[in-house]
Amino acid sequence: MSEPLVLMEGIVKSFSGVHALNQCRFELQPGEIHALVGENGAGKSTMMKILSGVYSKDAGKIYFKGKEVEIPNPRAAQHLGISIIHQELNLMNHLTIAQNIFIGREPRTAKIILNDDEINRKTAELFKSMHLALDPRTKVADLTVAKQQMVEIAKSLSFNSEVLIMDEPTAALTESEIDELFNIIRQLRAKGVGIVHISHRLEELKQISDRVTVMRDGQYIDTVKTSETSIDKIISMMVGRTIYETSPELPENPSQEVVLEVKNLQQGSLLKDISFSLKKGEILGFAGLMGAGRTEVARAIFGADPYDAGEFYVKGKRVQIHSPQQAVQHGIGYLSEDRKRCGLTVGMDVKDNIVLASLKKFLNAIGWVNMAQTTLTAQKYAQSLNIKTPSLDQKVKFLSGGNQQKVVIGKWLVADTEILIFDEPTRGIDVGAKSEIYKLLNDLTRQGKSIIMISSELPEVLRMSHRVVVMCEGRITGILNAGDATQESIMKLATQRGGIISTNLIPEAGRA
Amino acid sequence: MKIEAVARKSLFRSDAMQRLLAFGALIILFVGFSIASPYFLTFDNVIGILLATAVNGILALGVTFVIISGGIDLSVGTVLTVSAVMTGVFITNNHWPIWLGMLGGILTGGLAGFVNGVVIAKMKIPPFIATLGMLNVTKGLALVISGLKPIYFNDTPIFRSLAMDSIIGQVIPKLDIPNAVLVLFMAAIIANLILSKTVFGRYNFAIGSNEEATRLSGVNVDAWKIGVYTLCGLFAGLAGVVIAARLNSAQPALGAGYELDAIAATVIGGTSLSGGEGSIVGTVIGAFIISTLTNGLRILSVPQELQLVVTGCIVVLAVYADILRRRRK
Repeated sequence: MSEPLVLMEGIVKSFSGVHALNQCRFELQPGEIHALVGENGAGKSTMMKILSGVYSKDAGKIYFKGKEVEIPNPRAAQHLGISIIHQELNLMNHLTIAQNIFIGREPRTAKIILNDDEINRKTAELFKSMHLALDPRTKVADLTVAKQQMVEIAKSLSFNSEVLIMDEPTAALTESEIDELFNIIRQLRAKGVGIVHISHRLEELKQISDRVTVMRDGQYIDTVKTSETSIDKIISMMVGRTIYETSPELPENPSQEVVLEVKNLQQGSLLKDISFSLKKGEILGFAGLMGAGRTEVARAIFGADPYDAGEFYVKGKRVQIHSPQQAVQHGIGYLSEDRKRCGLTVGMDVKDNIVLASLKKFLNAIGWVNMAQTTLTAQKYAQSLNIKTPSLDQKVKFLSGGNQQKVVIGKWLVADTEILIFDEPTRGIDVGAKSEIYKLLNDLTRQGKSIIMISSELPEVLRMSHRVVVMCEGRITGILNAGDATQESIMKLATQRGGIISTNLIPEAGRA
Repeated sequence: MKIEAVARKSLFRSDAMQRLLAFGALIILFVGFSIASPYFLTFDNVIGILLATAVNGILALGVTFVIISGGIDLSVGTVLTVSAVMTGVFITNNHWPIWLGMLGGILTGGLAGFVNGVVIAKMKIPPFIATLGMLNVTKGLALVISGLKPIYFNDTPIFRSLAMDSIIGQVIPKLDIPNAVLVLFMAAIIANLILSKTVFGRYNFAIGSNEEATRLSGVNVDAWKIGVYTLCGLFAGLAGVVIAARLNSAQPALGAGYELDAIAATVIGGTSLSGGEGSIVGTVIGAFIISTLTNGLRILSVPQELQLVVTGCIVVLAVYADILRRRRK
């Protein structure tokens, strides 16, 4: 092989003491499309953010065309000819395409007067070389996401980039838009540009990439030729086998009584035909990759977001849920993944947070809050949930993540919720507190509560769930029983586009 | 992760539409008031409307820039006051030449705007709070500097005639449109050129549209933001000079509340309070709508208290129309 365009070796990066990358390696050839894959949190984006100067590395070396380089900031990367297109596009919607591409380096007369004709002409030339039919004068807001992506690509090409990094470029695109994007990418490859393609969609790799580098838990696993490797092999490299050696903890079998049934939930392009049921005393895991639509399902059920169509049945009775208030009335509680923003009023104390959702219960005849009773109730729950706090008057923001989570749980218990939706219940919680939360979830189901648990950590899903719903791109691609669920089977479903349930897996018996 | 589906282009959703609506509203107001009262469509009354628009219109020009950048300036009304007072100090108390005194007045506004900009861009104080602070500071300063008394320009009668004479009337007899109105249109043309033809205008839209993306594109966002507030201050200063000339005096208690009319004119004219969208033409139309409304209601003998109620409702409705338009996107 010729001299690599980019070589990254022994890259180490940690965030507040936690290794995000450990001795990682990456190599890119000119005229190559190199896919970078791994589970959520494997370190793909971190690696590429180091290459593009967004983060600085703690150790390791980066060679660009054989010469060792330092890339302290995005400007330096741009200067070398390394461009990154972030998952969230960085465009100014109110400006035109040409104005976006040349922002910050407009040709000017007398230092201040703009010449839009010139940037329109230059942009048109650029588009011509990309075989792209777009009017440079169109406002970016009027473009589809795919076209906006093309604009970002054109922008990076206008810097004469030799390395183009794309972080999940296809996540928001339709099938035909993806084809369009891939055509452009292939043209760039033909011109010798090295392209890094970070993707969650494994079947895409075969279509577009020349080589694949797999990362897992901040470690470099291997780089393989796409044409010589099967998808299954890549999946097994991604999930590994020996990460967590915790035996699954499956509580007793839940009853057959269905407490919540969701039928044909539909929300724009985000959720398509979501149907599932939740049984009493069950933990129903929701697995999937980021952006699969799991949180959207939860928020729709909780009435936090509007949906286009769908029916909800609580204990067999059809109910209308269009606001969180209605959801709470039907005994549904939602514990957001973002506790600080959506779950707690962090500036208030433990006691107030616990009773917040059910303050009505504590009002006396003239509408005053009965303080003695709130304190008593808060005390009871703080004790039973084992919330570690110096006092009930402690502000919640001073508690650890695990204890904050318990306060949220306490809040929903006081509100008499029967159905609890946990969105990433252990995110940002240390290992010790994690197992305590797990124990708590099991206790809750034993008391007859039913739980929907959204989690991006496969071991957690496998350990806790009675059944696992797997989502991909707004669809349910499979519902697995605990016995049949493995990391591989979940991963396969989570990366399956088009919603076809493979036959060797056991889909939930026709309930809808 | 928010993904917008294909945004279809439609005239109804474009900001040109809001301008068209505003212009239509202005025509309807004119026709309506003309039918309702024989005194409305007279030369003198129309001149009165134009004159009333001049000061608010100039203020609104600056506010338009600030709102397009995604900010707000609540201090323009009292910056106008302090600029007027300083013009009085320069010309009447210090006997500066009139042109220098006027320039001093305008620059006073620019200085206040510059301070706003620094506080907002460098100290990262939200524009609402920063300019609310400036509102009180300038309100107080105007009173302190003037000693609570108006400063008259009786020694320099030419100052008033600068605003109230009519160059147009000299060229075209009988068309005695006061120069103050001319100043508004000149200022609007300059503002329009800055907004549409210069780097300054481009970055102003860019910052209002997506500040972070603009920063990542290598634009010195802080410096441009300071520039935007300074420009707004300069316009407020100009408005201060115009009002002082018109009234032949600097009134230290006049000006508070003007900022709301200026913001209202801007918003009625289709400038989006969330930034990134707006136009000078729209703002000028918006300013005319407000003064036409006030003038017409007065001619119809609607009590002043009720006039306030009506203009208040109009502003809320205009913003609501803007929100509806945006929601459909």
